[in-house]
Amino acid sequence: MTVALIIEQILNGIQLGTMLFLMASGLTLVFGVMGLINLAHGSFYMAGAFVTAIVAATTGSFWIGLLVGTLAAAAIGVVIEFTIIRRLYDRDHLDQVLATFALILIFSEGTYMIFGSSPMFLSIPQELRGSVNLPLDISYSKYRLAIIGMGIVVAVGLYLLISKTRLGMRIRAGENDREMIGALGVDIKTLYTLVFALGAGLAGLAGSTIGALQSVRVGMGEPVLIMAFVVIVIGGIGSIKGALVGAVLVGVVDTMGRVFLPMTLSNFLPASQAMSIGSSISAMLIYIMMAAILAFKPNGLFGSK
Amino acid sequence: MTTVLNSLKPQALVSTLIPQTREHWINLLLILGLVGAALLAQYLGERFYVNLASRIAIIAMAAVGLNLALGFGGMVSFGHAAFFGLGGYVAGICAYHAFNMNPALGIGFLPEGTNQMLTIWAFTLVLSGLLGLAIGKISLGTSGVYFIMITLAFAQMFYYFGISWPAYGGEDGLPIYLRNELPLIDTNNRLTFFFVAAAMLLISLWLSQRLMGSRFGAALTMARLNPVRLATTGVDPQPIKLMAFVISAMITALAGALYADLNGFVGPNMLSWHFSGELIVIVILGGVGRLYGPLAGAILFVLMETWLGGVTRYWQFWLGLILLGVVLFARGGLLGLLAGRDKDV
Amino acid sequence: MSEPILRIEQLNKSFGALKATREVSLDLYPGEIHALIGPNGAGKSTLIGQVTGNLMPDSGRIFLAGEDITNRKVAERAQLGLGRSFQISSLAVELSVRRNVMMAIQATQGSSFRFWKPVRSDSALLEPTADILERLGLTERASTLVAELSHGERRLVEMACALALKPRVMLLDEPMAGMGSEGANRMVAFLAELKQEVPILLIEHDMDAVFQLADRVSVLVSGAVLAHGSSDEIRNHPAVREAYLGEETD
Ligand SMILES: Nc1ncnc2c1ncn2[C@@H]1O[C@H](COP(=O)(O)OP(=O)(O)O)[C@@H](O)[C@H]1O
Ligand SMILES: [Mg+2]
Repeated sequence: MTVALIIEQILNGIQLGTMLFLMASGLTLVFGVMGLINLAHGSFYMAGAFVTAIVAATTGSFWIGLLVGTLAAAAIGVVIEFTIIRRLYDRDHLDQVLATFALILIFSEGTYMIFGSSPMFLSIPQELRGSVNLPLDISYSKYRLAIIGMGIVVAVGLYLLISKTRLGMRIRAGENDREMIGALGVDIKTLYTLVFALGAGLAGLAGSTIGALQSVRVGMGEPVLIMAFVVIVIGGIGSIKGALVGAVLVGVVDTMGRVFLPMTLSNFLPASQAMSIGSSISAMLIYIMMAAILAFKPNGLFGSK
Repeated sequence: MTTVLNSLKPQALVSTLIPQTREHWINLLLILGLVGAALLAQYLGERFYVNLASRIAIIAMAAVGLNLALGFGGMVSFGHAAFFGLGGYVAGICAYHAFNMNPALGIGFLPEGTNQMLTIWAFTLVLSGLLGLAIGKISLGTSGVYFIMITLAFAQMFYYFGISWPAYGGEDGLPIYLRNELPLIDTNNRLTFFFVAAAMLLISLWLSQRLMGSRFGAALTMARLNPVRLATTGVDPQPIKLMAFVISAMITALAGALYADLNGFVGPNMLSWHFSGELIVIVILGGVGRLYGPLAGAILFVLMETWLGGVTRYWQFWLGLILLGVVLFARGGLLGLLAGRDKDV
Repeated sequence: MSEPILRIEQLNKSFGALKATREVSLDLYPGEIHALIGPNGAGKSTLIGQVTGNLMPDSGRIFLAGEDITNRKVAERAQLGLGRSFQISSLAVELSVRRNVMMAIQATQGSSFRFWKPVRSDSALLEPTADILERLGLTERASTLVAELSHGERRLVEMACALALKPRVMLLDEPMAGMGSEGANRMVAFLAELKQEVPILLIEHDMDAVFQLADRVSVLVSGAVLAHGSSDEIRNHPAVREAYLGEETD
């Protein structure tokens, strides 16, 4: 177990955390402002990836694909918010769960109908292929490093948006008191649509970037969605800061667990057993962490009340 | 005053056996319809449809379990696949070791597996009760939307565990080569197995009915409708809900054990969050919080799956649309449409 | 005087920057009605909420019959004998009046983990329920859904639920609000009689009712006790007249 390997895995963990943050921040904003639990958030992730793959294939430019994919996800978000989601804000959580579960079925099966079940491919842009040399003799994938960089930019951007702009002020007002923003004379419907579209766009961005690392296929958003739920539960529902801390925590713990747990166990157990036990336990690690955190902080690390 | 006296009389008991309202008639019809369909299919030699009836009965039973938590307790569990899958794996693993005659879990001093359903069911009840207690305890410490996400996350944990634990088939699942057995009954006979499944369904329906009519049920109803009121009268809502969650988990797990025996197979798909979602959908399609809602929902769901699925590969697309319609426009579900407003005063 | 049945000591509670309860100390003796008055937003309901355990105080202690209940759960406090009604009535509106009261009876019998016997034919529940409904004049309405009741009737049902507990202390948050003068008069008569049975901490806006019923009155303004005394003392207290009754002192 070398230092280089550890650092590389930490970077991988942070890169996963970045993706989770893009998903979780949208989910948590939508919950914080509108009180909506959206299971279909993974569909925007998938939509972003599909559109990016198609546009990149036709234009030959990953970057145009990324831009169009992100915008398309946001646009789909607007349409869905307009037609369906806004009927759900004052429904109970059960109705929200059901309706958004129905949306998953519609999106996933609809995508199957249009694109079939074989995956699409999206390749990493030319300028980000290969790896860079970091100190300590570490060479690390340029693309993954770029994803981490993008995550930092998005986190800072969200921070500025929420703490410095008028839109952000309204979002914060909406989180504290829905009636108050009505009283402020803010057009609440537009605000909700914007917030939902922002969340959908971030999910689309995540899907588009990951699409180049994995394959673009139906259902790709679901594992990420569930991990994002774990992130939100750990961080505290409604808290962007919680989403950031939770995302990095979950990303790093999950990645490190998968690599180092079987390795550590192989010191005590025969190799094959260490591998199987190690991988089964590491698959459960983030959920165990979630349970442990909830035992001490039932509302998550940064949850209010 | 007269109404109070009326409900004191023993006739009240008899009235539960003879259908009185439209809803009672529909309930009776649903059961007779299911049994009749199985008999007819057997008579016509349509094996597929006998098994389909068994499938409906078992899925309905799993949904009866969920309904206790979701419909009667107001706990939106998006993780009941964990219990269903647990039951399935208990049946599968017991049968696996009985078949190979080696000790359970590969640990030397443990007994060999068993192919006796009664033993398997007992194991299932104990294990799922404990698991329900653990998940329920953690999830009920939180509220509302946390509860949904946490139950979902825990179920997913078992899903990934099932996938990555190679000893019992991992991703490929575990076949049950010989269906497990019951004393005096030939479980390999298709129709007999249907009657076992149907009997289990009826028992769980009857159990739910007794439970919801009891003091515990009254407290659970209040815990759902107004927990603050319940606490104000001096009953802590938390233990009541936890108990309901545990019973709910046990019923769903028992259905899972049967399901594995029906299919001769258990795999991670029984643990998947799609199944948790489908169970909720079944409860809702039937009519949430209605005793027989899960049966109505299961019939509807499995028939749609079979028929729509026969017409188009993308039947879940249409399921999604129907579900969306039900949620947005017909919240009472099927029994709500057929039987009118549910009224218990 | 004997020991107070309820004692509140130096309670404090903030909601963010807002101090809703400041150093409040109060007590309640057997056989009395202690009225708590004060303008809207003074923190009266917040105070009751802390006594019943629905809200946790930031500091201070609460004693019921000498026992410290500050850290007890809502349900435990109710079992120890705290009965209450809410300012905005809190019942299961989807259920009948009878079902709501039956739940309270069931709670006193400490028996919610009984899984088999149907409650609809359980005379151990139905009979005491019928008695209490009778006492509050609700017999006719027993099978009516709470959702179909008037505000005044809902308050009576809440009262019935509280009485079912055979409480040692009653905390009533504006029990006459929305009742109309006839109903209010009946409630005044009822409370005057009830106080022989159980002491009452009463929040009420109707000053006539307060001065008619209360043995002692505390005035709460901006979360703090501004004045405290007998009905007559409070009626003539200049600071109270100014701060609360809104009169100029001349
Ligand atoms: N849960 C809460 N969160 C924030 N502020 C609250 C809350 N409950 C009450 N308040 C505030 O505390 C103050 C006292 O409220 P309350 O106790 O209801 O007053 P009263 O019953 O005397 O009219 C009010 O300013 C109210 O807005
Ligand atoms: Mg008040």
